[in-house]
Amino acid sequence: MKTTSAVICFAALVALASAQQRASRHDEPAEMILAKVPVKARSKCNPFANDPEAPAAGGKLFEQHCAECHGQGADGAKRGPSLRANALQQAKPGEIFWIVTNGVVRRGMPAWSKLPEPQRWQIISWLKSLP
Amino acid sequence: MATHLQILLMPLVLLCLSSPLFAQESPYIVTYDHHLEEPGNLEVEYFSTVGTQRAGNDFHAYWMEFEYGATAWWTTEFYLDGQTTLHDSSLFTGFRWENRLRPLRAEHFINPVLYIEYENITEADKIIKEVEGHDIAADHGDLNAALRKGHNHELEFKVILSKDFRGWNFAVNPLATKNLSPSDPWEFGYAMGISRPLALRASAQRCAFCPENFIAGVELYGGLGDAQSFGLHQTSHYLAPALAWNLPSGWTLRLSPGFGLNDNSHRLLLRWGLSREFSGFSEMLHGLFGGRP
Repeated sequence: MKTTSAVICFAALVALASAQQRASRHDEPAEMILAKVPVKARSKCNPFANDPEAPAAGGKLFEQHCAECHGQGADGAKRGPSLRANALQQAKPGEIFWIVTNGVVRRGMPAWSKLPEPQRWQIISWLKSLP
Repeated sequence: MATHLQILLMPLVLLCLSSPLFAQESPYIVTYDHHLEEPGNLEVEYFSTVGTQRAGNDFHAYWMEFEYGATAWWTTEFYLDGQTTLHDSSLFTGFRWENRLRPLRAEHFINPVLYIEYENITEADKIIKEVEGHDIAADHGDLNAALRKGHNHELEFKVILSKDFRGWNFAVNPLATKNLSPSDPWEFGYAMGISRPLALRASAQRCAFCPENFIAGVELYGGLGDAQSFGLHQTSHYLAPALAWNLPSGWTLRLSPGFGLNDNSHRLLLRWGLSREFSGFSEMLHGLFGGRP
């Protein structure tokens, strides 16, 4: 009986959290998010910028970890904005790297520091290769 | 029993409506790092611990874990525990409700996560998800019929301190537990771990055996006594190498043999776990309660 009550409480909490999560998913303009990137982080260069295999590996990683929210092809989806927006395409690799690493936690994007640094750069190589 | 079956089946039915997702899980089974579940995702996990028992029967303890990313800064988990003791019996041993909260927005030199868990378990619980106070192997030596009579209602607190550096993860989890019975003192323990993927760069091919899909590590965990007798006296400790294999199909397999470091410990705790992460669970749940998808 106690276990059943606990399961019901857990389910109610999850439902509540999911509603709260949906409510907090505002579209903050990319420019505002990019403006928060520290100056030191902006100047970081992509060590894979000249690696011809990096975009393909980054595309695979994007599909595995990012497409769920940002859509296949980074066109945007219900849970995350398009990454083909001008502001992001013109952003420096160091700025995007900082956002991927730290996330935009209060807006629902988790920090992706659990991916090793080279893999985060490979994702950025792929994003920068988008037409 | 039927109620427990329904409880287990309900999420499984719901999961059929969600889509599996590639996960990047750490190999730790006891230690936590600072990475939370992605918001809206549900990870369903099954873990097994096969333990040797001095002066008693060996056992197989198991648990189901439902881990939900409530927000990007809050992960909540529900556990159902059980065990089978050889030449004795099998029984359901209780549930746990765990919450992990990330107080800081960005990554820092060390990343803290606050952990709080409520446990409602019997003394027959043998999953040994953490070691605290004066927990020792002999606690598990009695018959299940005797052990199940004791109930523990506990609150457990941890500060998860974790750092990623050049592909390595370093995590330390000091813990404090309070049995809600007023006569029991605070108990203390620790867990720490270090892990690294076998490769830091991803290959361009989608592959099951690529080295970046494997994360190897080692954990050290044990008790630190209680408020009345703090220290290593009459405590147990384990060293456990661990390996996680993150498959492109969305499954993660973990394996970890844990070795007891003193005579108070079980000689061997062989653990393995299988998990799968599902995306879109929050949308599906929202739709179920009448919201627009």
